[in-house]
Amino acid sequence: MRSVLGDRRALAVLLGPALLVYTLVMLVPMGWSLGYTFFKGNVIEGFTFGGFGNFEKLWHDSQAHSALWFTFKYAIAVSIGQVLCGYLLALLYVFVLRKSSAVVRTLVFFPVILPTVAVALMFQKLFAVAPQNGLANAALDGLGLHHGDWFASAGGSFVVLVVMDVWRSMGFYGVLIFAGLVDIPDETLESARLDGATGWRLIRHIVLPLSAPVLLSSVVFSINGTLKVFDSVLALTNGGPGSDTTPLTLYMFRTAFSYGDYGYGSTIASLLTVVCLGVTLVIFRFSRRDLTKG
Amino acid sequence: MTDTMTAPPRKLLPSLPPATVRRPRYARRLIRNLLVALLVAVELAPLAWLLISSFKTQSEFVNDPAWSLPGRWDLNNYADAWTTGHVGLYIRNSLLASVPSLALTIVLGTAAGFALEVMIWRGRHQVLLVFLVGIMVPSQMILLPLFRVYFQSGLSGTMWPLIITYTAVGLPLTVFMMATYFRAVPREMFEAATLDGAGMLTAFWRIGFPVVRNAVLTVALVQFFFIWNDLLVSLTFTTDDELRTIQVGLLNFTGQYGETAYGPLFAAISINVVGALVLYLLINQRIIKGLTAGAVKG
Repeated sequence: MRSVLGDRRALAVLLGPALLVYTLVMLVPMGWSLGYTFFKGNVIEGFTFGGFGNFEKLWHDSQAHSALWFTFKYAIAVSIGQVLCGYLLALLYVFVLRKSSAVVRTLVFFPVILPTVAVALMFQKLFAVAPQNGLANAALDGLGLHHGDWFASAGGSFVVLVVMDVWRSMGFYGVLIFAGLVDIPDETLESARLDGATGWRLIRHIVLPLSAPVLLSSVVFSINGTLKVFDSVLALTNGGPGSDTTPLTLYMFRTAFSYGDYGYGSTIASLLTVVCLGVTLVIFRFSRRDLTKG
Repeated sequence: MTDTMTAPPRKLLPSLPPATVRRPRYARRLIRNLLVALLVAVELAPLAWLLISSFKTQSEFVNDPAWSLPGRWDLNNYADAWTTGHVGLYIRNSLLASVPSLALTIVLGTAAGFALEVMIWRGRHQVLLVFLVGIMVPSQMILLPLFRVYFQSGLSGTMWPLIITYTAVGLPLTVFMMATYFRAVPREMFEAATLDGAGMLTAFWRIGFPVVRNAVLTVALVQFFFIWNDLLVSLTFTTDDELRTIQVGLLNFTGQYGETAYGPLFAAISINVVGALVLYLLINQRIIKGLTAGAVKG
């Protein structure tokens, strides 16, 4: 039986194609991209060896620094927004709406599946000032909170970007965390209540620790997605005003395809890869230590 | 939504914190309903506004306030978006790119997940880890070499760059999720099959694939939305206007008219939103159930 479960020919047929495609289209290009970091130029003009020149350039490039800073700022703000709103939604589903939460869950989840470009174009119009005030500005005006052109300033653009991405994705995190909360046994909550834990204290001391695993996977998921943000920024602000809302992904895209610098583009992509892997590893290391303590 | 209020107190009381129970019941109900109403309004008002605005004429966009209703409810903007705006062509292109890559990802990924989880051989954990790397590495890392290869091999003017890239990018997550689902299937099922003389290929086709059918559907939905909503890959590899997918087409939509044709633009966005809504109404139970069942639990 062992020999059947380890049948080489079957293994080659089942795993071979996927491994081949994955290797040729992802692994090889990843290495290839790393190779590009030592070169200047592109396909049309040809490549010249540049040693560590691209890394030196990256070190001194103020635009790359601001792109890196924006990427972190965006990832932290949106991750906090997504997971926090998702957690609040999950608490609402489990403790307030309880059995009747299905309709609300379905409604709040809907924006998750909408195309990002469509949502971004919609938010562009929602927060527009010309040719007419968008709905958001009209509502703010109605409340006496007049606001100028959101997209004229870095701060305003950032706020709209964060609001949009949290709006779009909170339903997803709501359902994800809801799944974790539903797993908490009723008896545990019951006995905590009998011991006098209610409201905030119940959440702080019972619900929060017991939902730590699902919360952790939400954070990892969220950070990993937001560090790679591309389409919502491109479609909403196109990186502007100036380059104030340009993340690393967009800076890499511009460098490679608008300015035709493959070597430097690959160097920026490598930086992004290191950031993504690094942040994920740090979160796992940090959380594993914490979990064994609890 | 009000069924909890009419539930017998016996069931209601123990599961509510005492502090809340002491507060008058109508106040609690009011707070709850206001909260839910606000939430639903925040989610739906922008979409409703989008749909209503898609019927407005150009002069209504320029002269009337945002909350005014359109004077006439005709489909002119939609007709413009579909014909002059080529929305129909973009949707067809998106289908041509997503259907083949979806099929490839699912078949290759499920087979690989089976080989990595059910079959026994040295090095399978390492191979799974190698696939895992692909989930974390950003797509930007593979764009330039692929662009070069597609360009030099003459594939650039076709749908192949999109199909190949989507298949490869979708594989890591698919392999990983399918391996996880196969872990939940009792090993004895496959061992019994091999005792009956079935080879591993037969065991996969006759037992493995059918057993994880529901999981396949969930993964296919996740991949479909990833491919359909993708902008980065399609923007990079569709150099030809005729090959644009719906996301790139939508992004460049204003270019078809100049800056000011708001009606057709709102109509084009609405077509996307309504299309998603129709699909969502058909499958939302499945997504939410899949997400609930497949979530990483402690």
